[in-house]
Amino acid sequence: MTTSSAGNEPTASAVARAAGDVVTAAPISFHGVGRAFGTGDSVRPVLRDIDLDVAAGEIVAILGPSGCGKSTLLRIAGGLDRPSDGVVAIDGSVVAPFDARSAVGFQEPRLLPWRTIAGNIALGLPRGTARDAGRAHVARLLELVGLADFAEHRPREVSGGMAQRTSLARALARNPAVLLLDEPFGALDALTRLKMQDLLLDVHAAEPTTVLLVTHDVDEALQLADRVILLGNDGDRPGARIQHTVVVPGTRPRDRGSAELAELRGRLLDGLGIDRHGSARGVAATTTIPHYPY
Amino acid sequence: MSKADAATTAARASASVDREFAAPVTQDGLGVAVAGQLGPSGVDRPERLPGSGIGGPAGEGTALPASSGGRRRLVDRRWFRIVGGALIPVALLVAWQLVSTSGLVPVSMLPTPEMVWLAAVDLAERGLLGLYVAISTQRVFLGFAFGAALGLAFGAVVGLSKLGDILLAPTLGAIRAVPSLAWVPLLILWFKIGEDSKVILIAIGAFFPVYTIVAAALRHVDRQLLEAGRAFGLRGLSLFTTVQLPAVVPSVISALRLALAQAWLFLVAAELIASSMGLGFLLVDSGNNGRIDRIFLAIILLAVLGKLTDSLVGLFERWAVRRWA
Ligand SMILES: Nc1ncnc2c1ncn2[C@@H]1O[C@H](COP(=O)(O)OP(=O)(O)OP(=O)(O)O)[C@@H](O)[C@H]1O
Ligand SMILES: [Mg+2]
Repeated sequence: MTTSSAGNEPTASAVARAAGDVVTAAPISFHGVGRAFGTGDSVRPVLRDIDLDVAAGEIVAILGPSGCGKSTLLRIAGGLDRPSDGVVAIDGSVVAPFDARSAVGFQEPRLLPWRTIAGNIALGLPRGTARDAGRAHVARLLELVGLADFAEHRPREVSGGMAQRTSLARALARNPAVLLLDEPFGALDALTRLKMQDLLLDVHAAEPTTVLLVTHDVDEALQLADRVILLGNDGDRPGARIQHTVVVPGTRPRDRGSAELAELRGRLLDGLGIDRHGSARGVAATTTIPHYPY
Repeated sequence: MSKADAATTAARASASVDREFAAPVTQDGLGVAVAGQLGPSGVDRPERLPGSGIGGPAGEGTALPASSGGRRRLVDRRWFRIVGGALIPVALLVAWQLVSTSGLVPVSMLPTPEMVWLAAVDLAERGLLGLYVAISTQRVFLGFAFGAALGLAFGAVVGLSKLGDILLAPTLGAIRAVPSLAWVPLLILWFKIGEDSKVILIAIGAFFPVYTIVAAALRHVDRQLLEAGRAFGLRGLSLFTTVQLPAVVPSVISALRLALAQAWLFLVAAELIASSMGLGFLLVDSGNNGRIDRIFLAIILLAVLGKLTDSLVGLFERWAVRRWA
């Protein structure tokens, strides 16, 4: 796998083709989704009244302050967690536990320590992939995320950012109808982050899959997404819901310096700020009943 | 991949197509390692990367890789470990020789090393030494094999299945609470004084460490890894072989090590009480006849055999840790 030459640089479409049976993107919809943790008196709503329709092939970025429930929403979408209220459906049918139509790139790399980087990526291959096809696909993904020279290393022998790229490659290996990415570029340095964002867009262009992308980074959201949703608390009731939906203008790749994006960026940053202000007001309005049993 | 290959690989990293990716992460080393804050795998150590997948035993924090040509510390050297480990036994032997021949202690209390050696030669000439060692070792291995196999099976059921835990754990816990020697009269009544009763007692001794440790280890497999495994389509057997089994391999091996020690313990218990052969029998018989030289011989043999079998598992453990951890 280390015998790479500049001549046969893998392209995203080659990766898509290598996957064989090309899975088509599927729409995913959330209807009245809510999630509360705890039982009895200590029930704590985290999400409520989430209504969202994501079209097949669309990229939606999810923004929101830390702890507002972004990961929870993504886990529900992937069938890793069940909503307390409402339903999530992929292509019209309700999401099953550990739904095979979606692939998750977790917030933590979650690599198997006893497997090599290549072996960890192979874990993402759809069940029943032929051995040779699988190996070739993994090799291409390794090149794509820039880890070809580290194929035989163990996770403990690579950096955090490399582990995260491995995790991203593992999710891509699945060739899913819905790709769920939880801060996939969080541990990357600025340059690698830009490269990986472009890589994601390349893969998406070669084979449009529906992408839900959680991020902390407003610029990243604007660069990658067709739509950005902002999760946050209103203040009057516990539980985050969609505060703003922003349709990002223009087609990708977007000019990172455009004035239009700069304006949207300001609005979204405001949104994150207004959210903090709003919840402060909420606390003031209900001084006698603190609604978070923190 | 040989070391030379690894070196060329590393050298080529900057020339390959993925230079853009490889460069910032590997070449600046710690400079960009802040990026690793979320990853469990720590910081970049470029000098360790080439070939480190093959190199030394896992988890050994040797300051310098052996390939760098630097001096290895004394305590990491093989000959030093062997000499260091033999130091105290040799000193004990010398002290024993000095004290026993000095007349300070009567030889009926402390035989000389020579007397013990002669006792060994005497028993060997009568064909008893080999027989006793063989029969005791056989009992230990049989009992250990049955006990450990059952321990693995029950540990797996209790550790993997909630229902198995609910149904089996309390009963097994109660059985474990019975002091081992309490089984002896019952086993002798049921299985008579033969091989069966001894092997079963040893199996009981080997069963519990394996069962307890394996069940606990399986229960505590990293939930995040399990969830990731499930999210990527692993279920049942495939989840077990891909995630759970590799995760518990180190615990399983230390459990086996413990079980083996326990098996020798129970061997002596079984042979002390009812037997006509074996090292335990040699102990009681010599005690009854006042043959202190043979008592010493039996104890030394138990120490050596126990250490030897433990080292065997230890070798297996080192291989497994390198392979799985
Ligand atoms: N299994 C759980 N049990 C109880 N509470 C939970 C559980 N999972 C999440 N929570 C709570 O739900 C809230 C949202 O968590 P979540 O991980 O979704 O946040 P997030 O928006 O992804 O935050 P971050 O940006 O820091 O990753 C948190 O307050 C957390 O304590
Ligand atoms: Mg999160």
